Amino acid sequence: MAKAKVAVIGDKDSVMLFKAVGIDVFYETDGEKANRQIKQLAREGYGVIYLTETLYPLCADAIETFQTEPYPAIIPIPDVHGSQGTGIRNLKGYVETAVGVDILFNT
Amino acid sequence: MAAIQYKPTRMELSNLKKRLKTAVRGHKMMKDKRDELVRRFIVLARKNKELREQTEAKMAAAMQNFVLAKATMSNNEIEEALLYPARGIEVDAEKQTILSIPVPKLSMSTSEEIVYPYGFSSTSADLDGAVQAIAEALPLMLELAEVEKSTARLADEIEKTRRRVNALEYVMIPQYTEAIRTIQMKLDENERGNLSRLMKTKEMLQAQAQ
Repeated sequence: MAKAKVAVIGDKDSVMLFKAVGIDVFYETDGEKANRQIKQLAREGYGVIYLTETLYPLCADAIETFQTEPYPAIIPIPDVHGSQGTGIRNLKGYVETAVGVDILFNT
Repeated sequence: MAAIQYKPTRMELSNLKKRLKTAVRGHKMMKDKRDELVRRFIVLARKNKELREQTEAKMAAAMQNFVLAKATMSNNEIEEALLYPARGIEVDAEKQTILSIPVPKLSMSTSEEIVYPYGFSSTSADLDGAVQAIAEALPLMLELAEVEKSTARLADEIEKTRRRVNALEYVMIPQYTEAIRTIQMKLDENERGNLSRLMKTKEMLQAQAQ
């Protein structure tokens, strides 16, 4: 895999902007459909899929499928309403599984 | 602990000793692996946190501009302006390994120069700002994707390794040690039994000869 494509999935208002920089944009607000979309994009060779934080919790199924593979990376990004802290919460979870206690955020 | 039953033979004993040796060596290696993984993980996690904060700040700025732009322009105009990207992005995706765990490595091969995909006459300045901010955020976003995925993979692997270390340390090794001890004791007991039998026989033979 040499060249990877990059996709953004989310509601129209949040992700339209990414079109300007050449990322492939998919409008989706329904969790079920987004799940299917992610799986299809993964088959088509997308290396990175950005999901809005609103959509991220709805796509747990697809995210889990690709958890153990190096590609695609599914990354939550803030949407128009601003950040809800999903990304940081995820990171916190990783630290807790790996080290046992949260050593990054307790200060 | 319920030890597994082994036949008390010398053959079994030497087999078990060999296995114990392997288990101890494996345990040491796993432990080293775990320690190294944790060390790298902490570095990655710190970087991940920093990157995420930076990226989210950049993106928030872009979104803010975009919202402003939407206030001053009609939906159709915005869509028209953004519909056709002026450039595609090309991302090189390699696989690199951290202690034989495959993780992604992403690098962008497009120029950093910002190209606006629309004419300036019908669009507001806020849209320019939004596009500029998102273009600036793009390399950060890619790096974030790489680091975040690596962090997730490492966390997964650390948990697995830790389980293995614990299984070896608290189950396999004590079990083998226990089994070896039991067999050793049985063998010694047999030996003693044999010896006393011999002594008894000798005594009886001596008594007969007299």
